[in-house]
Amino acid sequence: MSSEHHGDVNYLNHEKGLKSWLTTVDHKRIGMMYLFTVLFMFLIGGIFALLVRLELFSTGPTIIDMNTYNQYFTYHGTIMVFMVVIPLIPAAIGNFVLPIMLGAKDVAFPRLNLATYYIYLVGVLVACTTLFLNGVDTGWTFYTPYSIRTSTSTTLVILGAFILGFSGIFTALNFIVSIHKLRAPGLTWDRLPLFVWASYATSIVQMLATPVLAITLFLLIFERLTGIGIFDPKLGGDPVMFQHFFWFYSHPAVYIMALPAMGIVSEVIPVHSQKPIFGYKAIAMATFGIALVAFIVWGHHMFVSGQSELANFVFSLLTMFVAVPTGVKVFSWIGTMYKGSIRFNAPMLYAMAFLFIFTIGGLTGIFLATVATNVHLTDTYFVVAHFHYVMVGGTLMGFMAGFHHWFPKMFGRMYNESAALVSGFLVFVGFNVTFFPQFILGAQGMPRRYYDYLPEFEALNRVSTVGSMMIGLGFVFSAIYLFKAMKSGPKASANPWNGKSLEWETTSPPHPHNFHDQPVVTHGPYDFIEQGE
Amino acid sequence: MAIVASERKHSEHFNSAEHEFVSSKQGMWLFLLQEVLFFAGLFVAYGIFRALNPEMFHAASQMLDVKMGALNTVVLICSSLTMAFAVRSAQTNQTKKTTMYLIVTFLLASVFLVVKYFEYSHKFHVGLLPGQYFTNTELTDPKSGLFFSLYFMMTGVHGLHIILGMLVILWLVRRSSRNEFGSNYYTPVELFGLYWHFVDLIWIYLFPLLYLID
Repeated sequence: MSSEHHGDVNYLNHEKGLKSWLTTVDHKRIGMMYLFTVLFMFLIGGIFALLVRLELFSTGPTIIDMNTYNQYFTYHGTIMVFMVVIPLIPAAIGNFVLPIMLGAKDVAFPRLNLATYYIYLVGVLVACTTLFLNGVDTGWTFYTPYSIRTSTSTTLVILGAFILGFSGIFTALNFIVSIHKLRAPGLTWDRLPLFVWASYATSIVQMLATPVLAITLFLLIFERLTGIGIFDPKLGGDPVMFQHFFWFYSHPAVYIMALPAMGIVSEVIPVHSQKPIFGYKAIAMATFGIALVAFIVWGHHMFVSGQSELANFVFSLLTMFVAVPTGVKVFSWIGTMYKGSIRFNAPMLYAMAFLFIFTIGGLTGIFLATVATNVHLTDTYFVVAHFHYVMVGGTLMGFMAGFHHWFPKMFGRMYNESAALVSGFLVFVGFNVTFFPQFILGAQGMPRRYYDYLPEFEALNRVSTVGSMMIGLGFVFSAIYLFKAMKSGPKASANPWNGKSLEWETTSPPHPHNFHDQPVVTHGPYDFIEQGE
Repeated sequence: MAIVASERKHSEHFNSAEHEFVSSKQGMWLFLLQEVLFFAGLFVAYGIFRALNPEMFHAASQMLDVKMGALNTVVLICSSLTMAFAVRSAQTNQTKKTTMYLIVTFLLASVFLVVKYFEYSHKFHVGLLPGQYFTNTELTDPKSGLFFSLYFMMTGVHGLHIILGMLVILWLVRRSSRNEFGSNYYTPVELFGLYWHFVDLIWIYLFPLLYLID
């Protein structure tokens, strides 16, 4: 960011000052603002996670009391789900990369794009003011009737989640229109990078599912303020209906988190294997297969909530179908690496961590989709381990892969590869040390969200807490070398990885308008020349 | 910074004014799609509770004023018509007419709200209120409050859309009176027209579902 030569104008240095950032309509700058805000919330959510793990280091009270514990795991869940994992890839990386991949000057509605950032910010502030009020202790799921009766500041947190939803809806709207209308000449649908396909499917899920959460939370706010009774059994309402409505959004939300990460992996693996992607169409179609199935499996969260046996059977069966398109993708990625010239660098390390962790997450999902085992495992640490394998292993590993992959493009500088590998390794090992014992604890019957546990669970809980410190350390390391790289890393070339999609054809960091001239696409995004041909 | 329609240029990230127009329109349709899903939650809740309590819904529905509801249905349909005229006159460069039709649409929306105000205050007066505040003694089913929870939430969310729409109409009137709309630029009028017809359509479902259970 230091050099000011005239030929060197880029989106970071062409305007100066805080105001130029706060009023920008440039998708790249908005992406950067999202990136830093979301990562800040990741830090907050992560601190809560470490505090929860520290409390669970020993039986009995360790560092905090019971009510504080309830609040900490609620804040951890709420912050991580609504403020970090859902917006992380679409709003931060997607905003930066997607329009450039399309060869467009910006997203379709740049001012709306800036507005979504402020909507996000307002949602975060509304929800987080409760940290200084009475807190919140409902868990991130806000299940009724407890969420109606608790005296904590739950209303504001629900309002925050309601507002955050609209930020996601408008980002999705912007992406769908951009993908339809702003593709460069020659960029036909079968030449779209798979990250674009993934963003497209994610946006559709986000547009269709989030409004249902919005109306649910809206009703819940009125439930708390005026006692409308729709979810309150005391007034003739139905708390299970709340669960149906909630999971009608929150199950697809899992794919809102996972699909963009899969998109990133589909970019990183071919580029760093220097080999055309295996099964381009299969991956693109599987993306839509997952998006479709996402909407018809929500009942698997409610096998013990009093659903009919028929509903349990149908939801169980449908849930198994998720494995099919997911399997297609995993095999395609492995097929892409087969006989490729694989670089072992940070993007690739994280992409492989994704494959490893996400696959375990997916396979343990089958245990939970089976009604008989689910009844035993419901609300145990097995579930906690499973969704962390999916959400952290999926989204966070995917994000880290993408962040390192596009870091040279974003900041025009290279990060330190060996530092990145060390911390990536620390995160990967730490993750498995943290969450693998939780599968065992859950299978043995340790319930989730409890403040205390039986003495025989202590050893594995200690292992888990030590693992969480390793993850924390890994991310602190990452923050240090990445900030250093932003300030003083060696200059990156326009295409340091020899990628074939459009974002590698512009300068690093890109020109304010992305390209000096309108790019014309003449080849596919993965047209690498195979070695030995 | 008012830009008269004839001097307007399209945004630089689009190829042409037409390109910008069709993109904006697609965005509006997507927005309406999420609106459908937003209301869908309420309609599903309505469907489930009605299936569980058919008699209660029937009795409670009798307490609503069908005449007022019918009047409001006519008022909203008329406002959709005047809105369509506003779009048409913007497309054909009749700027004064655009402003006039927008104002008429605004007035019809106000009539809708006034009628709704009288309906609401009557319900408040006789204790036909949501959930825990339900105090009416004519209805004997203890769950009757649920019907009025749904009634107030559904018409309330719809009414909120009307009020937000009216604010947008005021903004459109201001822009229209500055000659910002014409045959080569009428995107905001057309997009708002889509929104307004959608809000009208929601009411056309709400009216029979709430008032005409028989």
